[in-house]
Amino acid sequence: MDKRVTFKGWWLPLLLVLPQLLISGVFFFYPAGQAIWQSLFIPDPFGLSSQFVGMGNFEFLFSDKYYRASFVTTALFSTLVTLVSMVPALFLAVCADRLIKGAGTYRTLLIWPYAVAPAVAGVLWLFMFNTRVGVVSWYLGQLGYDWNHVLNDGEAMGLVVVASAWGRISYNFLFFFAALQSVPKSVIEAAAIDGAHFWKRFFTIVLPLLSPTTFFLLVVNIVYAFFETFGVIHTITSGGPQQATTILVYKVFSDGFVGQDLGSSAAQSVVLLVVVGALTVFQFKFIEKRVHY
Amino acid sequence: MKKCLSIILPVSASILWSASALAAAEVQFWHAFTGRLGELVAEQVATFNESQSDYEVVATHKGNYSETLNAGIAAFRAKEQPHVLMVFEVGTATMMGAKGAIKPVHEVMADAGAEFDPDAYIGSVKGYYTSTEGDMLSLPFNSSTPVLWVNKDALKAAGVDPEVDLSTWQKVGEVLDKVKASGSSCPLTTAWQSWIHLENLSAYHNVPFATKDNGFAGVDTELAFNSELQVAHIQAMGEWAKDGKFFYAGRRNEGGANFRAGECALFTESSAGYAGISSEAQFEFAVRPLPYWEGTEGAPQNTIIGGASLWVMTGHEDEEYKGVAAFLNFLSSEDIQAKWHQDTGYLPITTAAGEKTKADGFYDANPGTDIAVIQMTAKEPTANSKGLRLGSFDQIRGIIDEELEAVWSGDKDAQTAMDSAVERGNKLLRRFEQANK
Repeated sequence: MDKRVTFKGWWLPLLLVLPQLLISGVFFFYPAGQAIWQSLFIPDPFGLSSQFVGMGNFEFLFSDKYYRASFVTTALFSTLVTLVSMVPALFLAVCADRLIKGAGTYRTLLIWPYAVAPAVAGVLWLFMFNTRVGVVSWYLGQLGYDWNHVLNDGEAMGLVVVASAWGRISYNFLFFFAALQSVPKSVIEAAAIDGAHFWKRFFTIVLPLLSPTTFFLLVVNIVYAFFETFGVIHTITSGGPQQATTILVYKVFSDGFVGQDLGSSAAQSVVLLVVVGALTVFQFKFIEKRVHY
Repeated sequence: MKKCLSIILPVSASILWSASALAAAEVQFWHAFTGRLGELVAEQVATFNESQSDYEVVATHKGNYSETLNAGIAAFRAKEQPHVLMVFEVGTATMMGAKGAIKPVHEVMADAGAEFDPDAYIGSVKGYYTSTEGDMLSLPFNSSTPVLWVNKDALKAAGVDPEVDLSTWQKVGEVLDKVKASGSSCPLTTAWQSWIHLENLSAYHNVPFATKDNGFAGVDTELAFNSELQVAHIQAMGEWAKDGKFFYAGRRNEGGANFRAGECALFTESSAGYAGISSEAQFEFAVRPLPYWEGTEGAPQNTIIGGASLWVMTGHEDEEYKGVAAFLNFLSSEDIQAKWHQDTGYLPITTAAGEKTKADGFYDANPGTDIAVIQMTAKEPTANSKGLRLGSFDQIRGIIDEELEAVWSGDKDAQTAMDSAVERGNKLLRRFEQANK
């Protein structure tokens, strides 16, 4: 016997999804369509004239070895940001979960960094690591380490990764913490009675039960690393030294708003759209299979 | 009752006044200045508005240079453009390419029937913004040129005579050796590396930075700064960087903080750094002309400017353009220019303003402030030293920054880096040529 409740006719369901469709149409499909359309042209900045070049913008991009190198930089950057923002968050959540006294204060304090805008976070970190007046770089100097992210690409990458991941730790912490709270105590107690020690219980019971949350955060954090870290990079390194921290989205900005090359910028947005789309499909198709809901 | 009247009277007076102000043609002026410079601009505008009643200039701050240009472009696309837009010098080619969006200054003046003498402006300042036919396209507003700043105390501490001759890079090199040997961590630093050590270096030694008269003669220009002189200079700087004699602090003017704190002995920076250095430096400093390489024919030629100019945009009423012409003439007038030059350290745009400043005794009271003017005007500019007119130049500077960083860190030698910068920059120039056919 079919117990599902279904709508009769089309009008009501259509009406109910209409707001969502409208929002997606206006704020997603229309701009995305515009970007695809613009990527086929080379316009002048003032919009006085524009020439149809077909795939010309894409050919120009992919013939540029620095653009191709930017994919590697982006992959490295996104992986690092995702790892650095998720692993400590999980660790902190596990700690908070075991706390009995002062848990509220501890949690609240951990959430604070999320309220700091990425560009501001960038300035804060830049200030701490400033080669001249930075507190951290001064201490490193005392230890005999000459910190200079202005010329050293590894240090520059490390700095933008930490600055980008820092605020996200709070966000991830919240989700991990909520997920940990919903892990049934009975299962853990049963395992404890069977003699499983803490880490054994963590890796064989808790972590698999957290997998839906972990998967969700993985997707969200990768999207964050791809698109929203622009402010941090802009304030700390502007993509340098050389092109060590020029990730794809930063190049979209600099070609569009510094170089006034709107055709190339639009083409890069389309490429980004395809990359992130493909990445998300991949995650849902292959990784989600290993997630236990 | 009396009390009431005393309130009503000023109010009605101000209503009357604002009604007359409404009748005046409004001129929108978008600029990129904040802080002290923003106040000085506001003061100029207020003086202009008080000096006459036909026009009312409304000045609006629109962010930094890049943001102001972007705001102007976006406004033009939305048909909401201002009458006057401040554009930094590297955006010159972009503005020139936008034929339907700009109204050249000489045309604005002619159409308005305003008095306009292009010869009153200093050649090497206006040259940057003048067409190959000699017509002024935009009005130079704030212009500066690079000079060498010297920390006399640091030289003394290193056992070097603070009045030592620093006119050539060879001599600078010898001084750097001594300063380094005395244990200094920063014998030399710089701001705006591409502007000073490639663009100005080329003009100062009368060698091309790009073909086609540095882009003045056409958009089919190609970069040419990978030739002998530039490579030799960058190679020398790279070696100084390796030996710890040249300290690289960043792409913009980060090095200024090190110099003002007294850490660095020598500093190549804009002449407009005067305000900051004179207010912060706790040591005795001096301004010297930018050094040149001895043995180069024609050197020192003249240096080129950096800064911004005012572009007039299309799509407004004739009456309003008359206001624009009056405002631009006001800015160029002797007293206003001389005051601007003395207040800010920017170069005067007219010969008369420079002479007035001299007559006022300003240069005697503030020694070194005239070095930039002399360096700019000592020789008549050549095709190589008139300025640069290259599309996508803001981004090309970014590429140059990247390649120079590769030299400073020792990843590349100067020739490889400059060849690579030229090749990458040329690609952007070809894109710009295509977009501005």
